[in-house]
Amino acid sequence: MASSDTARSSNPETRLLDVDLDQELPRVLADLRDAVEDPDFPTVRRWRDGGGKVLGHFQVYFPEELAHAAGMLPVKLRGAQVERREADSHFGSYLCSILRSTLELALSDRLQVDMFVTHPICDAARNLAGIWGRNLPQPAQILYLPQNPNSAFSSTYLEEEYARVLRDLEGLVGKRVAPADLRRSIAVFNQNRRLLRELYDIKRDSPWLLPVDEAYVLVALAGILPREEHNELLTALLPRIRSRDARAQDRMRVVFEGGFCEQPPLDLLRSIAQFCYVVDDDLLIGLRWILDDVSLEGRPLMSLADAYLNHSSYSPVQHDLRKPKEKMLLARIRDARAEAAIVAAAKMCEPGLDEQVAYGQALDEAGIPYFLTEFEEKMTSYDHLQIQLETFVENLLFA
Amino acid sequence: MTPTVTDQELMGRGTRDGARLFREWFARLSTSAERGDPAAYVFVMGSLAEVLRSFDLRIVFPEINSLQTAVRKVSDEYLSLAEDHGFSPDVCGYVKADYALQIRRGQHPMGRIPPPSVAVLTNACNTYLKWAEIWERMYDVPIVTVDVPGTRGPGAAGVASAQDFERDRKYVEHQIRELIAVLEDVTGTPFDIDRCREVLRHTNEMGRSWRRVLELNRGTPAVFDSMLEGTIYLGVANALRGTPEGARYFEDLVEEMEAKRLAGVSPLIDHSEEHRLIFVGVPCYPIFRRFYQLFSEWGGVFVGSTYLWFASGGLNIDFEYDLSRPIESLAEGVVLGVRKAVDSMLFQDDAIIEAIDSFDADGVVYHPVKSCRTVSTGLADSRRVVLENRDVLCLYIESDMMDKRVVSEAQLKNRIDAFFEGLQSRKLRLSGAKPAKAATSGAASGPPSGATKRGGG
Repeated sequence: MASSDTARSSNPETRLLDVDLDQELPRVLADLRDAVEDPDFPTVRRWRDGGGKVLGHFQVYFPEELAHAAGMLPVKLRGAQVERREADSHFGSYLCSILRSTLELALSDRLQVDMFVTHPICDAARNLAGIWGRNLPQPAQILYLPQNPNSAFSSTYLEEEYARVLRDLEGLVGKRVAPADLRRSIAVFNQNRRLLRELYDIKRDSPWLLPVDEAYVLVALAGILPREEHNELLTALLPRIRSRDARAQDRMRVVFEGGFCEQPPLDLLRSIAQFCYVVDDDLLIGLRWILDDVSLEGRPLMSLADAYLNHSSYSPVQHDLRKPKEKMLLARIRDARAEAAIVAAAKMCEPGLDEQVAYGQALDEAGIPYFLTEFEEKMTSYDHLQIQLETFVENLLFA
Repeated sequence: MTPTVTDQELMGRGTRDGARLFREWFARLSTSAERGDPAAYVFVMGSLAEVLRSFDLRIVFPEINSLQTAVRKVSDEYLSLAEDHGFSPDVCGYVKADYALQIRRGQHPMGRIPPPSVAVLTNACNTYLKWAEIWERMYDVPIVTVDVPGTRGPGAAGVASAQDFERDRKYVEHQIRELIAVLEDVTGTPFDIDRCREVLRHTNEMGRSWRRVLELNRGTPAVFDSMLEGTIYLGVANALRGTPEGARYFEDLVEEMEAKRLAGVSPLIDHSEEHRLIFVGVPCYPIFRRFYQLFSEWGGVFVGSTYLWFASGGLNIDFEYDLSRPIESLAEGVVLGVRKAVDSMLFQDDAIIEAIDSFDADGVVYHPVKSCRTVSTGLADSRRVVLENRDVLCLYIESDMMDKRVVSEAQLKNRIDAFFEGLQSRKLRLSGAKPAKAATSGAASGPPSGATKRGGG
């Protein structure tokens, strides 16, 4: 294997995003939205065209620092609004859309990855490794993130599990990854986490400056860009967003819950933004899973394991006795000074649908109004939802 | 004395004794509920019964409670109640039936189920985690997850090095020791390692017999139907795991099956064994008996079933606990057993192909269900691989294990009849005989009637 100094397999100086950031802010944001919604993943293609390797990781969380340190582009697989021509025949009924559309992207060569990783987040997602492995030549595997974070041994296990994955990545790129490489990557991602926290600060403190759909686009780009480039992007745009000429309106402050895996269409989020200020959410929570800077001291894999287990957010697909989901949601609502919640679930998403029941009961007990809904990434009509949401909001405003 | 096929006491004894043991088991649960005895809720894939029985805790299997509501035709009442409380029609029916059972304070058609004093689960099924969270909220009792890392991927990616396996085993061992500390707290009783050894020994005995029973079905004719009788045996294997009664039951079962093998007795009552089938998935409990008949009336016998692999808590693997190092060995068994169970749902194609060969099967029946995405998600894809590798016919039918709203008997029958017509036509073609008109045309033809030589069971 080559030395760690030459770990990068592609030039990080190459910009993948083909968007002119000097345009007016609305134009920039529109172009960025196009980049996020493009089902041919042009940024990933450019990376591959430059000789880079790609790690595709399914929702919710993957320690992207590992792939970054190995010189790969970690790409968050979050489905897409594509016509499913090949994938559906590989699945039965009663399954969510993100599973199908993610496989469709791979089978149709729209998104090529050199290695695929899924997680035991749900019974369906775990099956994806087998299906992927049977139909695509690239290696597929499951990263078993601990489902018993309360065990005193879980961080040791996870450190070693990360080491196992890293060995696989090293084999793929033909280069050894040194602890110093990992620390450099952690530093890059720490900066990214700080920028994402700043973005969410804007949403929470001045939501009129950053509607939920625009915020979503800015976050989602992290899943298809090198983090250095994403950091540059946010560094350039966040000040411009803060100085935007927009005024606060009399809109309800809400938390959106239910976007941890399958993603609602951007038009759905835009519909919500017409009536509410979404001041916090769990959209793409895996990119924001770790809440603080990861330590650059000590063993880097242990630092990442500790951060995953002990300095992290919550989702319906991680069981942790310290983080009862309904209490975490109440805290999220309180911390964001929200007046209500939109409790959504993707159709056929077992964890999300199960959690809706617990969330509803907790919100009832706390006397917090909430709007229950289901969505699907392939939905295209939002009229019904808009009417329901408008009625919900008006009932509260004029109660 | 070697029993004969005319020995009515021996033939069908496993079914009769199994039913009796189950009634007694539910009666004991009812007694426990009335007395307020501590009870441990567990799941079939990684029940940790060996640890729980060491504390003499009453063990409750919510999956079995739930499926029994479907077998007894009342699951709709339970599902409706849960859905009234906000549960989606699209989530696991087992979870919903159990939720309603708890709301009904344990009232069940087989008796009364005690509430949990502790719940123990593995990650073999992700829904276990969501399910246990319901009890956590309802009862505020200790919920202990024993996280068992599974096979990491298909093919070469799934082959763990000895070092990686040992790492996983240690992780599980550590969690088992943490579980023991919780149970000492719940019961107020210190852990007795010798009692644990005794329980492990009974599981070893049971496992030996279980594997022999499965193996005996490789002969022709099969000695039991994996979906019908097999489900009864499976229930006993879970409920009485680690007990002397359970070990004895399976010892007797081996005796019965050996006798049937010697006598060439088939489990089919009115038909001869015409087609040897592998069942993949979970049975259709809302019409359990009828579902079986849809196959048996064509002479179809399920000689093997993935259900008997993944739901047997690892009894199907060739592993025995080393009683000289009980906890370490238990951890090893849990990793191997749970991993095998999960593999037979996620990466099952190689095992099905092996089963087709070893059981000399003619066809494979895939039965994905709405309720269980662990079992069902990969079946359509897995079927493609099996068909590419073996010259068998496959049937793919969807329904549910709990929710009769998505069970259409007429549609199932149409598909199953067409499947058997195809099987018959194929057999005739392979034998060189002229196919029957009905079979070659695909026109509706009824199942064959009449029997040749059948036994009870």
